[in-house]
This record gives sequence, C-alpha cells and structure tokens, in this order.
Amino acid sequence: MKFGLLVTTGPYQHQASDTALQYCRAALEKGHEIMRVFFYNDGVNNGTRYTTPPQDDRNIVNAWSELAKEHNIDLVICVAAAQRRGIVDEGEAQRNGKDGDNIAEGFRISGLGQLVEAGIECDRVLTFGG
Amino acid sequence: MTMLHTVNKSPLDRNNLDSCMSMAKKGSKILLIEDAVIGAMDNTAVAEKIKGAMNDFSFYVLGPDLQARGLDEGKVIGGINVVGYDGYVDLVTETDNVQSWV
Repeated sequence: MKFGLLVTTGPYQHQASDTALQYCRAALEKGHEIMRVFFYNDGVNNGTRYTTPPQDDRNIVNAWSELAKEHNIDLVICVAAAQRRGIVDEGEAQRNGKDGDNIAEGFRISGLGQLVEAGIECDRVLTFGG
Repeated sequence: MTMLHTVNKSPLDRNNLDSCMSMAKKGSKILLIEDAVIGAMDNTAVAEKIKGAMNDFSFYVLGPDLQARGLDEGKVIGGINVVGYDGYVDLVTETDNVQSWV
C-alpha cells in the first residue's frame, strides 16, 4: 500500500515526529511504500540541519534524512510555514536576501499542492500532530 | 466502510477521546497512541466509560507507548488489544480510512 504522512508538530516538542518515524519504519518493514511526508505548521522544524541534540539523544532530523535516502521518500516542507519559521533552502535564502540556508538533507521546500497530490495518489494519508 | 480513529491525548486531560467516542460510527476501530494510552488502563476515572463504549467500538492500544510511560500491560482493560507499530500499520491497511483526533 502507498502511504502519505502529514506531520504538524516540531521534533522534541511533542511525540508526533517520533510516532511518524516509527510508523514509517514499521510500514516499510512490511513492504509498504511511503510516497511522501509533508511537514506543515511547526512540523517544518523537522527539516533544519542546524538541529543539534545532545549526543545521547536521538537526532530526529538526521533520522528523517537517513530514512528518506534509504527508501526514496519525498520529504516536503510547506513554503509558507517554513518562511515564518526561518527554514530556507538555497533558492529561498537568495530570494529573501538571507545570508545562508538551513534545510536538512533529503528535504525540499514546496507548497500545499504536494499534500493534495499525496491525498490523490496515496492509498492512505495519516496525520501526526500535537 | 470501517474507519480507524487514532487518539493521542490523555482522556484524563483532554476531551479528544470523548469527542471521538461520541461521534464515531458504530463498528469503528479506535487506537490509543502517545498520551492517550493511559485511557486503556483499568481503574481510572474514564475506564467505565470506555468499557461501555466497547459495545460499539473495538479498542486498541500502542504497546511501545505504554512501555515508554512505565504502564503495566497486565492492567489494561480486558478486551483492549495491545498492538505494536506493526499492528498499527495493519489496522490502517485493514480499514478504509484513518481519522486522527489530534
């Protein structure tokens, strides 16, 4: 089965990111496909590579990047939510006159259309929020 | 059409589970995850209400979230099924759709 996920809370703030990650792992283990994870509202904070938790804590951002790389998952950050929270890729940084970008590996910035598309193309879309 | 409802807030704290139980269609499946797992425990202020709702819904609770909170699986209300993340995935595929009560 093909899954899409919507994550609406940031890492370390609420369990939702962890639950979503664990759900992805379990689904992939069973041979299902994760087409896309869409990060919306505070969920965009899952995609900044400047996240530096203590060494004995899990690194949720890296976990997403690694999972995406291994299983070819499209990690999409909502552009409007990202701009409000200072999450930018190279293009957005340039366009908004910022001195650098901070998007994590495997994530890309796009719009709500990507969530709609996941709703159309996936068998199920699951929401993980706070 | 059967729907899976996931609830992630403690019913001792918030009313998500209450809303879900009062509105969901008879025959729905309800999976308690994250802070909602406390709702699966017996002898709480909401236990009797959930036992009553078991006539209309089948209840499941995410085992890893019980363990993360130090809750005893042996004290879960009888008839509530403890599942892992693999069981969570199966519940999603077995039902026609998923509603998250966040």
